[in-house]
Amino acid sequence: MTGAQIAASVIPKRSGRDAAAEAGFRGTMYGAVGIAFLGLAVLIWDFTSDGASVVSWDFLTSFPSRIIPESSGVQSALVGTVYLMAICAVLVVPLGVATAVYLEEYADEGRWYNRLIEVNIQNLASVPSVVYGILGLAFIVRGPLGMGPVLLAGGITLALLVLPVVIIVAREAIRAVPPSIREGSLALGATQWQTIWKQVLPGSIAGISTGVILALSRAIGETAPLLVIGAAVSPRFNPEGLDSAFTALPIQIFAWTQDPNQEFVARAAGAICVLMVILLAMNSVAIWLRNRYEQKW
Amino acid sequence: MAEPRLAAASGAMGGRVDLTRTPSARSRFEGAIRAGLIGAACISVLTTLAIVGSLIVETVQFFGEVPIADFLFGTRWAPTFAESQQSFGVLPLVWGTVFVSLIALAVAVPLGLLSAIYLAEYAPQRVRKVVKPVLEVLAGVPTIVFGYFALTYFTPEVLRGVLGIEVGIFNALSAGLIMGLLVLPTIASVAEDAMSAVPASLREGAFGLGASKLQVSLRIVFPAALSGIVAALILGASRAVGETVLVLVAGGQIPSLSIDPTESHQTMAAFVAAISRGDISTGSIEYLTIFAVGFTLLVITLVLNIASIRLVRKYRQVYE
Repeated sequence: MTGAQIAASVIPKRSGRDAAAEAGFRGTMYGAVGIAFLGLAVLIWDFTSDGASVVSWDFLTSFPSRIIPESSGVQSALVGTVYLMAICAVLVVPLGVATAVYLEEYADEGRWYNRLIEVNIQNLASVPSVVYGILGLAFIVRGPLGMGPVLLAGGITLALLVLPVVIIVAREAIRAVPPSIREGSLALGATQWQTIWKQVLPGSIAGISTGVILALSRAIGETAPLLVIGAAVSPRFNPEGLDSAFTALPIQIFAWTQDPNQEFVARAAGAICVLMVILLAMNSVAIWLRNRYEQKW
Repeated sequence: MAEPRLAAASGAMGGRVDLTRTPSARSRFEGAIRAGLIGAACISVLTTLAIVGSLIVETVQFFGEVPIADFLFGTRWAPTFAESQQSFGVLPLVWGTVFVSLIALAVAVPLGLLSAIYLAEYAPQRVRKVVKPVLEVLAGVPTIVFGYFALTYFTPEVLRGVLGIEVGIFNALSAGLIMGLLVLPTIASVAEDAMSAVPASLREGAFGLGASKLQVSLRIVFPAALSGIVAALILGASRAVGETVLVLVAGGQIPSLSIDPTESHQTMAAFVAAISRGDISTGSIEYLTIFAVGFTLLVITLVLNIASIRLVRKYRQVYE
């Protein structure tokens, strides 16, 4: 007899009750997974079936109308969302990556101020988005900066909102670069910054850009902070500059959802389809980047 | 980096030669980079200071006009009414927030944890590889989409239609249940990470002692991953408490202390978004309520977050 056979003969046979418990648990578990995915599938089916027929070239290129649903489109919201994403990226990439580099490569964890920065970022990541809206309202739109509810104010608010996410992801990517790479570079006479710029950042660029894209996709889906800072509702113009009034897709969806006229509500479903296609595209790019450029050390 | 200051006696002449190096251009550049990076890191601290600062200044101003006790213990929230009818008791908003979040967690905790156990312990590798990224994408679906779904489909078609419950157009039940669906992917995904991180040797040891799959999942893996699971639950709770636009769209805008989920309930976050949409004038009492309510909300989420960090630290199991 082999060892495995001896073991099999020694281990007690399971009783019928155990088998029943196992089957019961499996049943419950499959039920739970089933309900969860059914719910999410119905959600996606709902806005697709309501909205797919609404989306057309005209829908993408028309301005929203308050009177005629059929000629009401998302041009100003789409342009606003693209601008917001650009402002957000310009602000969040250098700030987020620089903070991550500092915390991973320079900061001495024993110092109280470095621990403060770290705890602070953890807590910022858990602050509800509506509170960032309040910050934007009190600090950027009114108060010290006093910009008014303009495109730049919206971009800054969203950038602050996703900054902790970018920092956290960038830190993980930088940490994944093995110390031997740094040591090799330093041993060849490179300075610390040369090591970071020529070795560490190129080695972590895939992880960082994946994180940035996911953070931006979160930023353009946010409604609450833009509502609070006072984004325009259904404007019939595109933002012309950083100091121009603006709207964004989530705000347009919100406005149409609130409309008592059912035909406008269907427009909301169309706008959701547009937003989801953008988000899916961004997610696909992120996944592709991760798979294509991920470094194996 | 500070240059080490070296001053050494030189023997031959008996005199002292100062060997302190003046910083080279290269090291000055390195220093500037370092300073720039520290500056960037400080932005996040400044953000916190700005959030807390703006909330506190205006909240203090608010309490100059409304007594703290009236705010914390008052049972009627009517800040936009005419002066004689105004009332600033925050309890209805707090109750609305807790009530809707509890309904959400009642859905999301069992479904999320069971899904996590399935993915970590039972699902074949092929299923996991597909489901995990799908869950992550679903966790990123904008909340306005869930709001649209709750208002235009779930309330009229499912609650009223299929289940035949007499609910208002705006009600806590629909907002809560759909919020459960919103939080579910987050809980499932984070809890699954925690359970997958439990080393295989623990499972193998238990199987070797004759434990069944069920016993291994519930008595070995689940307790071993407890700290991560608790963190997932608190993360879910904190998302539910701070969720704004779903409740604003589907939960209605009537602050209420009622325990009837078929009625409209307003939450703290939904109130802030609802009132700040209009052109309220800076410094007016309506404007100040935004900050008092926002501050209360921030304190609640911070407490949840700190509790999560503490619990994780306390129950963390470290495996080699």
